[in-house]
Amino acid sequence: MTGFLLRRIGLAVFVILAVTVLVAYSVRLSGDPTAMLLTGSGNITQADIDRIRAALGVDRPFVAQYLDFLGGVLHGDLGLTFFGKTSVNALIAQALPATLLLAFLSLGLSLLISIPLGIHAAVHRGSWSDQTVRLLSLVGLSFPNFWLAMMFVLIFAITLHWLPTSGFFGASSLVMPAATLGLILCAINVRLVRGAMLETLSTQYILVARSKGLAERLVLYKHALRNCLIPILTYVGLQFGDLIGGVVIVEKVFNWPGMGSLAFDAISARDYPVIQGVVLVLATLIVLVNLAVDIAYGLVDPRVRLR
Amino acid sequence: MSLALPVRGRRRSAGIRNFELIAGGILTTAMVALALVAPTLFPNVNKMDLRARLLPPFTDLAHWLGTDPLGHDVFARIATGGRISLVVGVVSVLGAVSVGTLAGLVAGYYRGIADTILMRIADIQLALPFMLMAITFIAILGPGLPILITLMIVAQWVQYARLVRGITLTLRDREFVQAARAIGVAAPVIIWKHVLPNAAGPIIVLMTLNVANNILLESSLTFVGLGVDPTVPSWGGMLADGRTYVQTAWWVTVFPGLAIMFTVLGLNLLGDWLRDRLDPTSSR
Repeated sequence: MTGFLLRRIGLAVFVILAVTVLVAYSVRLSGDPTAMLLTGSGNITQADIDRIRAALGVDRPFVAQYLDFLGGVLHGDLGLTFFGKTSVNALIAQALPATLLLAFLSLGLSLLISIPLGIHAAVHRGSWSDQTVRLLSLVGLSFPNFWLAMMFVLIFAITLHWLPTSGFFGASSLVMPAATLGLILCAINVRLVRGAMLETLSTQYILVARSKGLAERLVLYKHALRNCLIPILTYVGLQFGDLIGGVVIVEKVFNWPGMGSLAFDAISARDYPVIQGVVLVLATLIVLVNLAVDIAYGLVDPRVRLR
Repeated sequence: MSLALPVRGRRRSAGIRNFELIAGGILTTAMVALALVAPTLFPNVNKMDLRARLLPPFTDLAHWLGTDPLGHDVFARIATGGRISLVVGVVSVLGAVSVGTLAGLVAGYYRGIADTILMRIADIQLALPFMLMAITFIAILGPGLPILITLMIVAQWVQYARLVRGITLTLRDREFVQAARAIGVAAPVIIWKHVLPNAAGPIIVLMTLNVANNILLESSLTFVGLGVDPTVPSWGGMLADGRTYVQTAWWVTVFPGLAIMFTVLGLNLLGDWLRDRLDPTSSR
């Protein structure tokens, strides 16, 4: 078990380090940020450029800059933005909760719908309701999440005036973003629940539970669901990266003040420290969630550890 | 947005299977055909007609799906935009499948150091979400079709490598492969003639689903300005343009979205049908 743990943690650390190198190096690929800072500022001497380069620290070799950046990251400091000179930490501290709120809300919503629906489909395998669920989930996997978001805006905000179109004005602003992401996740998860449930239902202990006369509801929700929750939650955990990727895009439609909006604003302003910070924080988060899922799965299922 | 889910234990009637094949086939063929004939049908797709701005659909026969804020015909742009989607979907998947299959065959057949390295790279890649990598690299290198396709190949070859490696591992010790080895057939020939054909089914299934998936990814990235050039007609670009007009001109956003949906749905239906037919591990 210790070996398994160490291997997983080692891999996680390695991936995060790889991301820091990638992120730090990618900024170098973009060329000299001073040129952009100085556009439109009239007559500039070489001395001005040198001064700004020194102030930004981009005149030093890459390794020195990288170690500096890494040192900052290890102290929990992501540096300053290029333009406003505000701290990237502060921007991310504002944006991250909004993104996580949306991510977990839509995840919860999708599980709330997909678990009962998936169980129903598995129990009634081959019935018309099973086929309908399958077809609907296929349709749900077939359009972009941001388009569903726009259609919701069109229907519920513009036509019916039930909900605000965008921004962040309390609970009503959460409904459409969470519903958009939740429904699309649901399309993925319902197939997963159905598959896991079918596998569990064919096991011997379910046969035993049924043959001793247990109520079907108890068999399904107490015996079967508990056991197939492990693969379901594992898979959901591994999808966390895709979930965050989806949230980031949908934020754009709703002007949701999260990490996606922060990143896209930073991209159009070419504010690289902010992009670095966003990517690094999200990647670390995703790696940690995956690590937690792996370890939890290893603890619960001894077969995994033996790999 | 991985679509290759471990779906097991289906028992479906022939009716449903045929429905998937027919509906998927019709949708996919229609979209491909439309994209192919688009340049001949609509050579002036980029011609602006400011007198015909924001015409609603079903009012003018010349613009039956309406026009956009610049007076472009929505149907002509949807037809032409399909070309981008198809190029991205097909080229990215062909690239990923070539690299991934080769790596998977080598790793699975020869094992050893190649296998170890491949699996470690796979672990790292699977931990890096596509959207974040895309944001990082496109923010720096600038948007465009080549970078988009390259990123998709870099992100997805691992899926094929793992799939093919797994199948190769189970095949390499089967009797017919051992027999071939015993009579002195060279390893590349065994891989080509005995291992690869047996892996073809699952590879084709994954390819179909990934073409669908990559069309969605492309439209998402183009929508946020990180995909193809906004002046080129593309479905994601049309949705980005139409977003500001959603209050006044619903058709500018509804129809390109439907085009994406029908295309991707068609491919997903075909993928599902193929999985039933070709992937022995998924049917029970």
